Amino acid sequence: MLKIENLHAEIDGKQILKGLSLAVNAGEIHAIMGPNGAGKSTLGYVLAGKPGYEVTDGTLNFLNFDLRDMAPHARAAAGLFLGFQYPVEIPGVSNLQFLREALNAQRKGRGEPPLSGAEFLKIARAQAAALGLDPEMLKRPVNVGFSGGEKKRAEMVQMGIIDPKFAILDETDSGLDIDALRAVGAGINTIMRKPDRAVLLITHYQRLLDYVRPDFVHVLADGRIVRSGGPELALELEREGYKDIAA
Amino acid sequence: MTALPTKRDETWRYSDLEAVARVWPVATHAHVVPAGETLALPILLDAADDAVTIEDHEIEIGASAQAIVHVAITSGRLGRVFVKVRLAEGAHFELTGAIVGGGSDTHEIVTRVTHAEPNATSAQTVRIVLGGQATGSYLGKVAVARDAQKTDATQSAKAMLLARTATANLKPELEIYADDVKCAHGATVGELDAQALFYLAARGIPPAEAKALLLRAFVGGLFEGTPDETRFDAAIDAALEKML
Ligand SMILES: Nc1ncnc2c1ncn2[C@@H]1O[C@H](COP(=O)(O)OP(=O)(O)OP(=O)(O)O)[C@@H](O)[C@H]1O
Ligand SMILES: [Mg+2]
Repeated sequence: MLKIENLHAEIDGKQILKGLSLAVNAGEIHAIMGPNGAGKSTLGYVLAGKPGYEVTDGTLNFLNFDLRDMAPHARAAAGLFLGFQYPVEIPGVSNLQFLREALNAQRKGRGEPPLSGAEFLKIARAQAAALGLDPEMLKRPVNVGFSGGEKKRAEMVQMGIIDPKFAILDETDSGLDIDALRAVGAGINTIMRKPDRAVLLITHYQRLLDYVRPDFVHVLADGRIVRSGGPELALELEREGYKDIAA
Repeated sequence: MTALPTKRDETWRYSDLEAVARVWPVATHAHVVPAGETLALPILLDAADDAVTIEDHEIEIGASAQAIVHVAITSGRLGRVFVKVRLAEGAHFELTGAIVGGGSDTHEIVTRVTHAEPNATSAQTVRIVLGGQATGSYLGKVAVARDAQKTDATQSAKAMLLARTATANLKPELEIYADDVKCAHGATVGELDAQALFYLAARGIPPAEAKALLLRAFVGGLFEGTPDETRFDAAIDAALEKML
């Protein structure tokens, strides 16, 4: 589904990703761990097409699309979803307005008819309820005044509404309380654990992986994948840290 | 008031005097709001591209009376609204303004507000969106007379530039001769938030729609819940759409 080869990327002329390769097949969940500043969020931004993140070498294939040729909104319409490490606040734009416009823009891109207000509202309410987010919060401006944990829950509500094929979830577990962690874990499984879906889970801790069991765990250090393994690798990292790996 | 204004006059400094000459002289509309009453004055300038429209108003607001002025300037080569206000004791003045300018439009809101007596309040809010080579100005002066204790006057002006070639002039000014007053004024000029644009794009919203969403959030809502909402918002939306 996603095939990254020898990816080199830089920000403001500074090389961050230095020959990263990774393949994710449909039906798989991959966890990416690694030290602070290793380039994990950068990988998410490069995949989503954030302006300023320049790919200088390598290939990025997603469902037989060459992502390098696609604008960010077209990548989203193709089924790519980035759950932000730091969700952005947008004063004056309500969650409902934002998500309805987003969903209908994606549907239009795929040649599907737009959803009516009522149809959309039904989906939005159901997803909010599934993730334990007060549906009233959907009327508020996007992420404005949301607590850290509420922002992360809201990201997952967005994912549920948009229903993507591939999700990159950047530290979706950070800032969540114990119940929220369980709800978000269950949400990820419900929405994304399907034969035609895949997830790249960026995390620092084992605790989310207790709920969302990865098929593969990778260590990203200094801009490359330096080690890959099964779920047991996360446990090993939790015990021993990165010192032997990153060196 | 029949001689053509010059740029030496600070209320005309950023205007398009060639366009002004086409309609000069301009009549002044005088309003007197009797004690305890309310004047609602909606001014929508949305005439065709080449239009030159200058609205000149003088409002005397009586004791405990109020004047609510709504202004939207959304098209025309020159759109100018000048409002001169005098507030008596306990009076209230409110000006809410939106400017959307593209091409080489010049759109300006100029106010001269005098708090002549105690306990009066005034609130001015102006939002400006500019593209192309447009010029948008808010020149607002609030004067508080020596006797006008307990005055509460606010001015908030914000402009959003969609192109580096557009110009915003925001001049909220205060002239205070009383000592017990509350006056706040702020002015900011900015561009669309790149982080927000990327967030919207990452959820599938194309660039033009993302910009429109952010701009509507910026100028929209100004007239929410007022009788002018539908008419004003339609003109603002049309102007934004034309610009993106
Ligand atoms: N605009 C920029 N200019 C220069 N360097 C930058 C810029 N933005 C990010 N970086 C650097 O890129 C590197 C990778 O950052 P990134 O956010 O991808 O790390 P990360 O692996 O997600 O870390 P964390 O675990 O702390 O979230 C960091 O060293 C960071 O300082
Ligand atoms: Mg990060």
